[in-house]
Amino acid sequence: MLHLAARSAWNRRGTLSLVLLSIALATALLLSLEGLRRDIRASFAQAVSGTDLVIGARTGPVQLMLYAVFRVGGATNNISMDSVRAVAAHRAVAWTVPLSLGDSHRGYPVLGTTVAYFEHFAYGDRQRLAMAEGRPFSGTLDGLYEAVIGAEVAQSLGYRAGTRLTLTHGMGGDLAAEHADKPFTVVGVLERTGTPVDRTVHVSLQAIEAIHLDWAGGARLPGLRIGAEDARKFDLEPKQVTALLVGLKSRAAVFAVQRHVNSHPGEALMAVLPGVALDELWEVVGLGERALLAISGLVALVSLAGLVAVVLAGLNERRRELAVLRAVGAGPRHVLVLLALEGMLVTLAGALIGAAATAAAVVAAGPWLQQQFGIGLQAATPAAGQWLLFAAVLVAGMLASLVPGWRAYRLSLADGLSPRT
Amino acid sequence: MRPGPPCPQHNLLVLEIRDLRYAWPGTAGDCLAIDALTLEAGRSVFVHGPSGSGKSTLLGLMAGVLLARAGRVSLLGQDWAGLPAGARDARRADLVGVVFQQFNLLPYLSVLDNVLLPTRLCAARARRCQPAPAPAAQALLQRMGLPAPLWTRRADALSVGQQQRVAAARALLGRPALLIADEPTSALDAAVRDDFMDLLLQQCRDSASALVFVSHDERLAARFDERLSLPQLNRCRAPE
Repeated sequence: MLHLAARSAWNRRGTLSLVLLSIALATALLLSLEGLRRDIRASFAQAVSGTDLVIGARTGPVQLMLYAVFRVGGATNNISMDSVRAVAAHRAVAWTVPLSLGDSHRGYPVLGTTVAYFEHFAYGDRQRLAMAEGRPFSGTLDGLYEAVIGAEVAQSLGYRAGTRLTLTHGMGGDLAAEHADKPFTVVGVLERTGTPVDRTVHVSLQAIEAIHLDWAGGARLPGLRIGAEDARKFDLEPKQVTALLVGLKSRAAVFAVQRHVNSHPGEALMAVLPGVALDELWEVVGLGERALLAISGLVALVSLAGLVAVVLAGLNERRRELAVLRAVGAGPRHVLVLLALEGMLVTLAGALIGAAATAAAVVAAGPWLQQQFGIGLQAATPAAGQWLLFAAVLVAGMLASLVPGWRAYRLSLADGLSPRT
Repeated sequence: MRPGPPCPQHNLLVLEIRDLRYAWPGTAGDCLAIDALTLEAGRSVFVHGPSGSGKSTLLGLMAGVLLARAGRVSLLGQDWAGLPAGARDARRADLVGVVFQQFNLLPYLSVLDNVLLPTRLCAARARRCQPAPAPAAQALLQRMGLPAPLWTRRADALSVGQQQRVAAARALLGRPALLIADEPTSALDAAVRDDFMDLLLQQCRDSASALVFVSHDERLAARFDERLSLPQLNRCRAPE
């Protein structure tokens, strides 16, 4: 029977291959969407660990996480250095890492921070940042124009220790102004982390101050020129930062410190727990994800409907074939099985091709996604969700195949040996 | 010799119809009513009648694909109506061979695979092929005037006349008790038709299969042991 079904299907491979293609595409869509969803979540969840609180100007927790940790979007407000010092002085606080964002280098975000960043920042399963090459910036006046770059920056721009680079005001674009008068030197390259760190250029907070000495409100002050060396003579202590990462001596104090920060007098601050903020993010993103998944599900349904339509449409021309099978002793049940098998074979082949295409696409597009969005795709390991979707496509295909099977069953019962076509 | 189902012998009653009444599903009146019709092993009967006289219906009843509303249609003493659907299919695969007017073959199978189709679906029929289904099928094809180079070709690569001979070989493989032919020559021209008739009748005699041959071409009737007119046999008025 399987042999017959395969031979019969092969005989009509022209039409069936179109259906097969549409099932393959639908499967690929479903699987890659699910895989992307999982890997994006994993990427985000990996991005920060060991940080108990993220503090910024009062805004949404999701927004704060997005700009402080993922370098997505911008801050509406900064927080003053006084507030930073006040938080750092809290007795439950073990360490703080200030973050200053806003500039870029060839599309990669520039992060102003302190040497404490290399000491305390952790990602994934509490892994510390490690140097692939060179050393962290010194944080001193002598090393004012030192930069440490992430693995992705180094790889895609071909930078290594010793490379000189200039920063761009803002996030780049055609009209962006360069801080060309104050070039930086790469002193270190970080190991790959699979987090936004890979795409970041790290400099000291003082360097951020220095390149903005002769700037105001996002534009260079006309007539004012402060050279790279002269800048060292100015007060380079930052007045404000974008956000603050906080580590506590004991996690138990996290809510107390959060309350303390949220009620900080003088400035509207907000402290969020990274995990809680991420959960909130998934709630927002989840809606879109579900909508996308539902649409892909519909695409799969349409493909299967196409399968049913094609097999059904071909049925009339095959009534002779069914009569021949009946004449040599095949029962109507055999006919049902034959037609259902055909649909199942097409579905199975389509789903397998779709899965293979997904794996191939991950291999092909993975590096690009990693570079553009810092999302590490995992090609080798299909997630539970993907297995489930794959199985769902197969089961739906089998159920759909019963429709032409049943129709053929009825036809061959009614036709007997002489189809009335 | 392995014991098989009853070997068709002369004087053995292969087909017996008694008081048959048949109505198409959904229609009120009977369209076929035959009081008595019998056929012995190795005998051939020619059934003729115009289109729409119920020839195909009669063949469907004989093959156990259709069931009578009343009366008996028995093959080797077993009434088709007394068997469940699955058993009817198995019995048909075992004991009946069918040749249609045309489009007898599955186009996507080779000639040989087409001939072997009934033995794939029925073990008893495969066992009756001596020494084995494949050599028996090849011998039969040879005798039907289809040489070895044709056997591996796709069935639809053959001429219509050749295809009908392949269909006859398939129907005859495993020496079925009853061979049913539904206008098998109407798509053939005269010379090919005569060849085909000679081969078909000869092979039926050799395998002692009873032959029911339906046609509207009465010139063929002389070759058969018996001839029947369906309009005379059928006690119902043919539907207009």
